[in-house]
Amino acid sequence: MDAAQNIAHEIQHDLESDGDQFLTFILAGEEYGVDILRVQEIKGWDSVTPIPNTPEYIRGVINLRGTIVPIIDLRRRFQLEAVEYGPMTVVIVLRVENPDGGKSRVMGLVVDAVSDVYNVPEGAIKAAPDFGSVVDVNFVKGLATLEDVMVIMLDIDRLLNADELSIVAKIT
Amino acid sequence: MSIDMEQFKVTFVEESLEGLDIMESVLLDMHPGTADSEAIDNIFRAAHSIKGGAATFGLADIASFTHVVETLLDEVRNGDRDITGEAIVLFLSSVDCVREMLSADQNGEAVDQEHIEQVKAGLDKMLNSEPETEAVSAGHNDMLSGALAHHENGWQIIFKPFSGMLRTGNDVVRMFRELAELGEFTAVVNVEDLPPLSDMDPEDAYLSWNITLNGKIDKAQISEIFEWVEDDCELTVRPLEDGNTETVATDVVDDVSEKDPPVDLQVVSPAPERRAEEDRRQDNDRRQTTRKASSPEASSIRVGIDKIDDLINMVGELVITQSMLSQLGEDFSMDRVERLNDGLSELERNTRELQESVMRIRMLPISFAFNRFPRMVHDLSAKLDKKIELTMSGEQTELDKTVMEKIGDPLVHLVRNSIDHGIETPEVRKAAGKSETGVVNLNAYHQGGNIVIEINDDGAGLNYEKILAKAIERGLVGANEDLPEEKVYELLFEPGFSTADVVSDVSGRGVGMDVVKRNIMALGGSVDVKSVPGEGSTFTIRLPLTLAILDGQLVRVGDNTYIIPLVSIVESLLVDEKNVNEIAGKAEVYQLRSDYLPIIRLYEVFDIEPDRRSLDNGLLVVVEGDNKKGGLLVDELLGQQQVVIKSLETNFRRVEGLSGATILGDGTVALIVDVAGVVRLSRDDVRRSNEQIVAA
Repeated sequence: MDAAQNIAHEIQHDLESDGDQFLTFILAGEEYGVDILRVQEIKGWDSVTPIPNTPEYIRGVINLRGTIVPIIDLRRRFQLEAVEYGPMTVVIVLRVENPDGGKSRVMGLVVDAVSDVYNVPEGAIKAAPDFGSVVDVNFVKGLATLEDVMVIMLDIDRLLNADELSIVAKIT
Repeated sequence: MSIDMEQFKVTFVEESLEGLDIMESVLLDMHPGTADSEAIDNIFRAAHSIKGGAATFGLADIASFTHVVETLLDEVRNGDRDITGEAIVLFLSSVDCVREMLSADQNGEAVDQEHIEQVKAGLDKMLNSEPETEAVSAGHNDMLSGALAHHENGWQIIFKPFSGMLRTGNDVVRMFRELAELGEFTAVVNVEDLPPLSDMDPEDAYLSWNITLNGKIDKAQISEIFEWVEDDCELTVRPLEDGNTETVATDVVDDVSEKDPPVDLQVVSPAPERRAEEDRRQDNDRRQTTRKASSPEASSIRVGIDKIDDLINMVGELVITQSMLSQLGEDFSMDRVERLNDGLSELERNTRELQESVMRIRMLPISFAFNRFPRMVHDLSAKLDKKIELTMSGEQTELDKTVMEKIGDPLVHLVRNSIDHGIETPEVRKAAGKSETGVVNLNAYHQGGNIVIEINDDGAGLNYEKILAKAIERGLVGANEDLPEEKVYELLFEPGFSTADVVSDVSGRGVGMDVVKRNIMALGGSVDVKSVPGEGSTFTIRLPLTLAILDGQLVRVGDNTYIIPLVSIVESLLVDEKNVNEIAGKAEVYQLRSDYLPIIRLYEVFDIEPDRRSLDNGLLVVVEGDNKKGGLLVDELLGQQQVVIKSLETNFRRVEGLSGATILGDGTVALIVDVAGVVRLSRDDVRRSNEQIVAA
């Protein structure tokens, strides 16, 4: 089998394997996944304009070709130890759907690094166990083991819902 | 036909509304007895095109209603009838009805059938009052019975075209073909009038027909076919088995007996209370309709062709500049820097002009908002038994469409107030030595980047004592407080504040003035009031010309650049330590001439790291928002520029103290300070620290 056939076969395989594609990224040594159809672009970290009186995990806003996009630091959002942003630090720009059927929003997530794109077959995602009040698993869609790595699938609509953000903002 | 009629319908509705506006304004200018033929023609034309359009789009109700109006107008036009005050009022309410029907159709809602029937009955009564034109009375009977009448057996149609009918492009064969589709069709041609061949003009119509159409057919369907020729022919349509063979020279006739007058006529002249009640309802209706009209529907804008031409010219220039620059860039060397600079400044000029022109497209003359007032004043003065003249100036002052849409309701409210509370009754005015007719003046003009709208009346003015008493009663002011006049007048804008002795249906419920103020503030504007007892009061509204762009002062605090809207800046000054006082060691105030300003440290409100914390020689930007002044402490004043407002809410949410963001020349985002919000925030800060002190 020559190389071309090989690739063709692989593509065929990709197409056949049902289930959604997920983009995964690294955060504090763990791999997280988001629905790739929601990802608009991936860009390097650049300076932001901080917004006063907002929670610390909201780093600020950037100008994304004329629209104002808020940037959220996922480490701080998960109350993990903050690190210096380095050359690997990226911003994943995502489209967040409004569960109430309102307009979708665009937001950026600061993560340690992007990792890979996986085909996740249906049924491979298992529900996350309940940790009670230790960890809020509301924004976890489930867990999946892909090529021996456990990936935490995020429900970004829940995670980045601006209403939730604003509630958090009121408490802090 | 497979043409999508919906797209034309939008235009039809727009044009009809315009037509109605024309009818309304002409009617208001009209005086009983003096029928200016040109004015009547204007109204007639408007009514006629609405009728035609409505029929085309299958809006039978509107078509039949306007038909009655048109018939009546036609009589006036031909001099058969004088235009009386009663007729003007009737026509005005018909305008309302048609407007109502149009908007009901647009929103897919039911119309207030009863109201429309009443007006229609009124029109019919007027038509009947001079029964010498039997044709007309027959016509309206048809209208009363509704366009839905149909007959089991079929119809007999006598169709006699006038000689010129064919020249209007109407084809008898086609009409017959359409008729034949409705039912069993038999036509007997009458050739009596056919002249000898030598005298015949081939373009004239000489024939007439006696048509029998068998089957269960809607009369409206037949009328529709003859819609376009009804003015050019003699047409009689009657049920087949009806013995009444009297030929009536009108478009349509029905079997509603002409002998007994329609029962509906009894409701034509309602008792006075009834009328008041009806008026009120009518008013409510109108209010609802206006609200509906401004709701979600896709709005469009009519732009003068000159504005478009300007735009095209500018885009042309831009293209030239662009090609010049790219040519320059192809083989660039340092000795061409000067040309590059020229090109760039040209580009800057083009862009600015282009921006201005594009913004100008959104600008409409304020007459769009003013136009509704003549009618309103006319109605209200009749209802309140006051004599009021409305004068308007500066109607051509332009303002952004969005601002215009939102300012309509507050304006209506203020004008109603002026009429209801401001202008006195003729007797009172006479007693006070004023002319019996009160004057309400609307004025608009540009001032800086703002549009100013003044509503002025020469009525009694605001009652200082009464307002103060009411305020004390409501606990807004302490009993012994001595307030300057303007502060007292500002109390009018407090929620639930009304000094009206009697709550009328026009105003006085105390809902409104606070809403007026809130709406205006939401647009970034302000409203204030001046009043001289016995001479009248003036409400002045200031609004930004547009919501999309603002003139901003760039300031720096630490590493952050903020934009303060220029409209809210009073002045900027260097702090002189000896003018700073601390109240209870907490709240800092700055003495500026005779004023005391709270000092607002922007870095504290926004929780950021500033260059300096000491006040001495600091920069204080004196701002005013929400009628409250304050001094914002900033590190540096940068420059002034126009900025395009971008919403933070699109992708995020509202942030207290910020009204939005913008993108600076270097591509970074700068936040726009909401002055009123920052003043509020700083007070919360003070309060919070006070609470902490109390808690401790």
